[in-house]
Amino acid sequence: MDYFAQQLINGLVLGSIYGLIAIGYTMVYGIVGMINFAHGDIFMIGGFIALITFLILISIGVTAVPVILLVVLLVSMAITALYGWTIERIAYRPLRHSFRLAPMLSAIGMSFVLTNYSQVAQGARVKPIPPFITGGYTLHESPEGFVIQLSNIQIMVVIITIVLLAIFTWLVSRTRLGRDMRACEQDQTMAALLGVNVDRTISMTFVIGAALAAVAGLMYLLYYGLVDFFMGFVAGIKAFTAAVLGGIGSLPGAMLGGLAIGLIETFWSAYFSVEYKDVAAFSILIVVLIFMPTGLLGRPEVEKV
Amino acid sequence: MPAKPRAGILSILKTAVINATVAVVLFSLMVGIRTEAGSDGQLTYWTRFGELASLVAVVFGGSIVIELLRQWIGPSGAERLVPPAVQSGITFLGRFLAPALLIFALLMPVIFYDQRYILDLGILVLTYVMLGWGLNVVVGLAGLLDLGYVAFYAVGAYSYGLLATNFGWSFWVCLPLAGMLAALWGVMLGFPVLRLRGDYLAIVTLAFGEIIRLVIINWQDLTGGPNGVSGIPRPTLFGIPLDSSDDGLAAKLGIEYSPTHRIVFLFYVILALALLTNWVTIRLRRLPIGRAWEALREDEVACRALGINTTTTKLTAFATGAMFGGFAGAFFATRQGFISPESFTFQESALVLAIVVLGGMGSQLGVALAALTMIGGFELFRGLETYRMLVFGMAMVLIMIWRPRGLIGHRAPTVYLTKAQAISSDLVKEGHG
Repeated sequence: MDYFAQQLINGLVLGSIYGLIAIGYTMVYGIVGMINFAHGDIFMIGGFIALITFLILISIGVTAVPVILLVVLLVSMAITALYGWTIERIAYRPLRHSFRLAPMLSAIGMSFVLTNYSQVAQGARVKPIPPFITGGYTLHESPEGFVIQLSNIQIMVVIITIVLLAIFTWLVSRTRLGRDMRACEQDQTMAALLGVNVDRTISMTFVIGAALAAVAGLMYLLYYGLVDFFMGFVAGIKAFTAAVLGGIGSLPGAMLGGLAIGLIETFWSAYFSVEYKDVAAFSILIVVLIFMPTGLLGRPEVEKV
Repeated sequence: MPAKPRAGILSILKTAVINATVAVVLFSLMVGIRTEAGSDGQLTYWTRFGELASLVAVVFGGSIVIELLRQWIGPSGAERLVPPAVQSGITFLGRFLAPALLIFALLMPVIFYDQRYILDLGILVLTYVMLGWGLNVVVGLAGLLDLGYVAFYAVGAYSYGLLATNFGWSFWVCLPLAGMLAALWGVMLGFPVLRLRGDYLAIVTLAFGEIIRLVIINWQDLTGGPNGVSGIPRPTLFGIPLDSSDDGLAAKLGIEYSPTHRIVFLFYVILALALLTNWVTIRLRRLPIGRAWEALREDEVACRALGINTTTTKLTAFATGAMFGGFAGAFFATRQGFISPESFTFQESALVLAIVVLGGMGSQLGVALAALTMIGGFELFRGLETYRMLVFGMAMVLIMIWRPRGLIGHRAPTVYLTKAQAISSDLVKEGHG
């Protein structure tokens, strides 16, 4: 039971990270109808930028943990968001009305560019950081000596996720930008006729998605203490699986799917085998698409003829 | 889109300055600062402002050049640059290109007999031509975006590798078996994803490719895990080995043994396999099943409305494409003598897919030329190992923007109604369809 509870905590934390990446997939798919294949690499770039900002802050002598966290969060979100914006401008906007395979292939090309750009710019080796936030709480200690731990990093990851989700849910449901986004999701031409700046709205979607991916990258860095240039690929597919599981196009669905994938992966590693955890996650994608093509919270797709 | 008025020098400079500013922010941390983990695990960093400055300068200069080019050529003027006489000349030459290439391929081992490097490169190019033609059935003809094609290549390679090393079966027995096993996997993948379309299908096939690779890595007892399978026997000429032994072909023919014999033999084997793929594809395309594939690519809903069985259509496309992938995999295993999971990554799938798309969906000649260009281009960048995939990714993006339907040409459906048919208004009255 204690072991189970510990895995539950670990799974929820991992799931929060997947959920934040999945939101980027879901928003882009909802509006433009394409899978942003490079989104996993944007997450990786976010992790790298957070790592470099950390190094600079520590080496210039900033020691207050909240200050460091806030600065790293803002810098990585800002720069990564600009990456998202640039990628949309360069690789996706010219192809918006092209035939349907073109944006997908352009996105795969972009993913290669980002992966190898990071490899060239920062080297192929894994970059570790020393433990930055330490300590935690012991929730329960069983007579056999098994301890349920809740570390401070885990608490922080969950709190940041909840706060950001609240902010972005408000942004999408209550602001002008959110209304424009929902209008574009319904019908881009009609939205444009009614005075919505479609180009700007789509750009903002990419910006928000990339900023959330940057947060996920930062939390991955804090939680696992390392980044490397290849981590975007697998994390990207898993987050996409989460988005599909939750029902692509739905923001709460993406978070729910992320948590589900995080839990399944953690429990699979804990009770079956660590080697096959990725196989389990990918198989879930296939199974979900067969039996629930619209996911947990998705709307059925209307076939346009 | 309405034609934009010619922008002045100031607006060009403004665009360039904006682009350069964006570049400064994008590259500031990733390029300007380099991190490296030291021997004790401690991260160190140093600045690289020189590289950062030159990259930003490249972006600044590049955007000026692009803006000027845009003004000079205009939004859709790329076609205008080529005079019609040259265009018709290219079309005329194009008719002779396929036979010329075929003759050149047949004579290659004769012309370059002494240059082993060129022959090896030829074998590599032909392997990708074959993979491209195989994937062309799935993507180019049936329009099913398959991002996990390398899985079938892997199934073929491992089928041959394991059968040959464990049971000692010969290449010529294993080749059809490898193709059949790969086709079986194609059907197994095809069944669950029958209802999916477009992007979903792409992601599921990608996941399938990764599953196969992960299973190969982790199922150590069978596949040898990351160490791969080594000691795979070389192909024989129907039982006669191509080596320096007394039973070897050279000894039997009474000629002096040379290692080039085997290379030449392998060259002709892959050429024959590639031509088989091409021949089968062209034949199938004329049959009802091939037309159903093309109809599926153009419009699935209309396809179903016309009573075409989309289930069999999709499954046959997957199975046929997978079978050729399996053949290519078996050939790869016998050529290398060693296989490991590293050869079957997603990059490989993307490379083959890029060949199909670059060549133009469904065009046989286009795919062959694209394979030649891509693999040849890859060879040019061999010295710059890390930059190779970077350039490849950029090329993929640029080609998509420039010519989303393929660089060399794409194939219209075999049967296509070019003229609109007038229908009497009696037939379209309300309630009479």
